[in-house]
Amino acid sequence: MGRYIIKRFLMMLMTIFIIATLTFFLMHAVPGSPLETERTTNEAIQANLEKFYKLDQPLYVQYFDYMKSLATFDFGPSIKDPNRTVNELLERGFPISFELGIITIIIAVLSGVLLGILAALRHNKLLDYGAMAFAVIGISIPNFVMATLLIQQLAVTWNIFPPATWKSPMHMVLPVLALATGPMAIIARLTRSSMLEVLTQDYIKMARAKGIKPVRIVFRHALRNAMMPVVTIMGTLLAGILTGTFVIEKIFAIPGMGKYFVDSINNRDYPVIMGTTVFYSAFLIFMLFLVDIVYGILDPRIKLHKKEGDV
Amino acid sequence: MTRPLADELTRTRLEDGAESDPFAHDAKRGKIAKPKRKRTVTDEKILEVQDLHVTFRTYGGTVQAVRGVTFDLFKGETLAIVGESGCGKSVTSNAIMGLIQQPPGKITSKGVRFKSKDLTKLSKKEMRKIQGVDISMIFQDPMTALNPTLTIGEQLTEGVKQHKNLSGAEAKKRAVEMLDLVGIPNPEERLKQYPHQFSGGMRQRIVIAIALICEPELLIADEPTTALDVTIQAQILDLFEEIQAKTGVSIILITHDLGVVAKIADRIAVMYAGKVVETGTKREIFYTANHPYTRGLLNSVPRLDLKEEELVPIDGTPPDLFSPPAGCPFAPRCPFAMEVCARVYPEPTHLSATQKVDCWLQDERAKKLIQDGAFAH
Repeated sequence: MGRYIIKRFLMMLMTIFIIATLTFFLMHAVPGSPLETERTTNEAIQANLEKFYKLDQPLYVQYFDYMKSLATFDFGPSIKDPNRTVNELLERGFPISFELGIITIIIAVLSGVLLGILAALRHNKLLDYGAMAFAVIGISIPNFVMATLLIQQLAVTWNIFPPATWKSPMHMVLPVLALATGPMAIIARLTRSSMLEVLTQDYIKMARAKGIKPVRIVFRHALRNAMMPVVTIMGTLLAGILTGTFVIEKIFAIPGMGKYFVDSINNRDYPVIMGTTVFYSAFLIFMLFLVDIVYGILDPRIKLHKKEGDV
Repeated sequence: MTRPLADELTRTRLEDGAESDPFAHDAKRGKIAKPKRKRTVTDEKILEVQDLHVTFRTYGGTVQAVRGVTFDLFKGETLAIVGESGCGKSVTSNAIMGLIQQPPGKITSKGVRFKSKDLTKLSKKEMRKIQGVDISMIFQDPMTALNPTLTIGEQLTEGVKQHKNLSGAEAKKRAVEMLDLVGIPNPEERLKQYPHQFSGGMRQRIVIAIALICEPELLIADEPTTALDVTIQAQILDLFEEIQAKTGVSIILITHDLGVVAKIADRIAVMYAGKVVETGTKREIFYTANHPYTRGLLNSVPRLDLKEEELVPIDGTPPDLFSPPAGCPFAPRCPFAMEVCARVYPEPTHLSATQKVDCWLQDERAKKLIQDGAFAH
């Protein structure tokens, strides 16, 4: 296990290095610069600024400088907002984005799995049809449309929840709902179909022949086997939720990382683009690693490491 | 079925391998010494199935899978239910076990009495107190019958924990005993392992251990050796005999393998198209079978004592159970079929205290045919 983790960790570092390199050169290939504004600036001042941010140096020098500071987890200062470093932006934004993302994942997984189980147990009955109709709607509506609809109905018309910002649990309801509906619907459909398949397996029949209580059959015998496909797509869903947070944070004016990420691209704020991209990638890669670990825990047949003598 | 003579009611059999069954010697190969053991079959009826019907509603119509099955099972006895695929033998066992989902399935009967309790009248909750406790089931394919994500220890102990309220330690002790009984070495360590760490034969032993852990009185084995290779088959059958000698459990053995039947059955029920067409003791079925279908089955099995003879398959296919025929379902394939066969299903004829056959050839008006020697073998 230890060897597996070390191997995976080195691969993760490699991936992040490649992402950072690609982002760096792509970012500089995009026309424009952080110092370009609508107002015309004095050429001398422009040159001075470029010198200050080392933008006048050849690209490869800038690249090596950046990689060096990245290795020490120093993401540098923001060019647009000179009073703050990128590290400060991340420290401030990440906890909020993380909170939004984690609550969304928990809600999506719990309700999706529960809905899937109920639909499977009531196969071809009203509850099944209802849940699946709901799921199709959930998959079809993009999260930004969902967000607008929720704000219009629940915040503006009925005035139940606050329409924006991130202060109390009440503020969290709408953004989490908007972000969680899609993944929840996907998980529900997947859980249902894999649960239906698992419930016809011989070992479930055998558990019933043993007189085991239905609750235990569903949760102990069936669910764990039925969760395998769900865990498999968790990686994709996580990436989806992560990019979803950019949009949702923008719509609900949530001061998370997503806001800085989007703004930085518009402003060509090189250090912030690099910092947020590398951070997001590192986070996603780590989550995918966790998914693989969970995979091995769920199914004892999957071995993450090879022991001697194993076939 | 009745057994009138008192000395037949309680008989003690000594099996020492000296029996002259036509199939016995091939089932015995691969085994060095057969231990002598005593088994006791009593006159106490443990299971009475009367006129059991099972139908399934499907998109294509209603399948009449089981169409009036009647049989008894005595304590300590092994009854083999024999028949080809789709004849309703597994559905019969699932119906007894309470594993038919209703709907789409539908069970009607004049009673499936287990120790005078009608199983078809029990609620699901009451049935759960019998499933795995009084009646256990062994499944065909040990590769799929065990849950791949649970340790075999958990799969062994969950039954006793729930039904007998044993503590974890007691249940574990019991599980170790059971693994010992079915011949799995190092049971303590093996409890922590998962099914994929065992071979097919080992897994079937575990399935048997799970079935026996609550000390059931009736064991239904649904093709328990079909998925195993021949040497392992013989071992598992020996295990069944050993367990029956030790615990006195009654066994219903569902199979299409007459070699298996020859080895361990006391009585045989032959099923065809959802009906039991002939029942009798092993000896009666193998030597004086009277139903043309039973004879056909026996003729289609290779025999070592008749080397030159070619196998005789039964021509044709079983009837469509969506619309089963009014008369004898075997009539279209039967070389001796008469006009009446296709129209009316025959009443059972009792040939002996233990042998019963549903066939028009037993009618006195048809006897001439048999005397002509057309049915001799």
